[in-house]
Amino acid sequence: MMLRLDNVTKVYKVGAFGGKTLTAVDGVSFDVPEGQVVSLIGESGSGKSTLGKMILGLVPVTAGSITLDGAPVRPGKEYYRHVQGVFQDPFSTFNPVFKADRVFQLIREAYFPAATAADWDERVRAALRDVRLDPDQVIGKYPHQLSGGQLQRVLIARALLLDLKLLVADEITSMLDASTRIDVLNLLAEIKGRGLGVLYITHDLSLGNYLAERTVVLRHGTVVEMGATDRVFGRPLHPYTRQLLSAVPRLHAPWEDAEPVTSCLYHDGGATGGLAEAGEDHFVACARLEGCLEERLGGRSGGRLEGRLKGR
Amino acid sequence: MSLRVSDLKVHYRTLRGDVRALDGVSFELGDAEILGLAGESGCGKTTLGKSLIRMDGRMRHVGGTVELDGTELPIGDDRRMNDFRFHEVSLVPQYSMSALNPTRKIGKMVGELLRSRGVTPDTAKLLGRLDAVGLPHEVLDRYPIELSGGMKQRMVMVISTLLDPSLLIADEVTSALDVSTQKAVARALAGFRDNGFVKSMIFITHDISLTYQIADTIMVMYAGRLAEKAPARTIVEAPRHPYTRMLIDSLPEVGVRHADRRLSGIAGSPPSLLDPPAGCRFRDRCPLAFDRCAEEPPAAEIAPDHFVACWKA
Repeated sequence: MMLRLDNVTKVYKVGAFGGKTLTAVDGVSFDVPEGQVVSLIGESGSGKSTLGKMILGLVPVTAGSITLDGAPVRPGKEYYRHVQGVFQDPFSTFNPVFKADRVFQLIREAYFPAATAADWDERVRAALRDVRLDPDQVIGKYPHQLSGGQLQRVLIARALLLDLKLLVADEITSMLDASTRIDVLNLLAEIKGRGLGVLYITHDLSLGNYLAERTVVLRHGTVVEMGATDRVFGRPLHPYTRQLLSAVPRLHAPWEDAEPVTSCLYHDGGATGGLAEAGEDHFVACARLEGCLEERLGGRSGGRLEGRLKGR
Repeated sequence: MSLRVSDLKVHYRTLRGDVRALDGVSFELGDAEILGLAGESGCGKTTLGKSLIRMDGRMRHVGGTVELDGTELPIGDDRRMNDFRFHEVSLVPQYSMSALNPTRKIGKMVGELLRSRGVTPDTAKLLGRLDAVGLPHEVLDRYPIELSGGMKQRMVMVISTLLDPSLLIADEVTSALDVSTQKAVARALAGFRDNGFVKSMIFITHDISLTYQIADTIMVMYAGRLAEKAPARTIVEAPRHPYTRMLIDSLPEVGVRHADRRLSGIAGSPPSLLDPPAGCRFRDRCPLAFDRCAEEPPAAEIAPDHFVACWKA
């Protein structure tokens, strides 16, 4: 299985009568290979959720192509047999009027009408055990009787019942507590062992770093840096990645100790170079790479980006 | 001593009985101190913040006292608390987007708010505060919808502290913000204390790494009670309560990879506060639990300023 995005662009029409346009995603290309977690990192408005929605076929692509095993995305029953999404807020994903396990019933009606009740029950229970849930604690309960972490795991179990090739996980841990969040992350890391790809969309760099083999950093709809996670986070080259990393609150390292990060001549104003290869499996949208950074970090050119941040 | 909370008990009334959201919490907050309040959802941290300024209709003050600068706050009396609100105690809520009136320009709204409190607006002071958080003066002529999330959050912070309250309660103010905006907002908040706009602050968040960045002291709560309170460095580097330790161990730091080191969450879930079990409330999830945990552990001061409610500490 391989999900491939090639020069994907999304332009939304905004304003009265759609008179204006907003480019949410601009020429993004990357792959999600089987058995890997790829994290898509960006701030609000970077287009990361739009990308997720396009992959799920919820939003049409303006230009470029998204292909799964070479076939273009065609939203419909067959496509969703292989590609499923889990979203941020588990409490609004479920219909509060029905029991939470109704989501399994809907899968059975749509995809496995021939399965017998006993057989299906066993499959549901096995899927729940796979996501480290005790089936007896979940089956027959209403959404409000379950915790956020349990609900998210129910949704992952639901996806696993299908012949899943790709899971799009859009901020699935941001509403969970620290103590349960890590269990859901570990679960994502485990299910990739079944040979399915996971696209993990997050704004939390430390979570992306923990989980993903590969990382794509988005800014204003374009990729600024991508590649193997240990390279992107271990030796970040783009000023934006460095600035994001320095802003992450860490234990044992007060913000004061973080090295100051200055703006980039080429990417502050919106002019972006294409992605250049900076090393093995490491791509940066920076025309001059190292030389540029050294020059910038040596000078006092931090004012512009700081000013922009304050102004936002 | 700026704030002294003694054995505070606040319960929520429900049809099935009282939910003991705060069940005997005592702590002190010094002048110019930022106290970070951390814990899981439902541990009582927001209830504590709300109790100090305004209880909603379901909350009931059951026992305990709150003393601010030597005066006891009438926290159970909604009307008498009005004299203290915003003058002495103020709040920055989590959702700044819904805290601003969408139909008024911000400058006009601030004027209306101040006059409703019987205060004459002081334009020079307001502009000075905008400078302090890095907002341009033009925001006063804009509607809230024209501001970004970080700007709105900073605007609400300015409004909340215009009357120079003694105590500021900041409840999850950065949880809806991006990392870089989060850093700017958290630093602006610490600047309020440094510049003396507020005397002391309670910074409520579920993110211990963020609390560590700006708080002097961190208090960890569990199921309506205090678990551990110590200087921020001590909590992070030498936590003594098993819950604090497990919570800190479950945080993925930048640099920790799943392939190298497997982090684990805390199995189980906190007890129901409708009818909480006697003794230590963490004992069902605690790897160190032993017979004595059936008795409730007191918050003992095991080192100066380091309080731990655990028999094994």
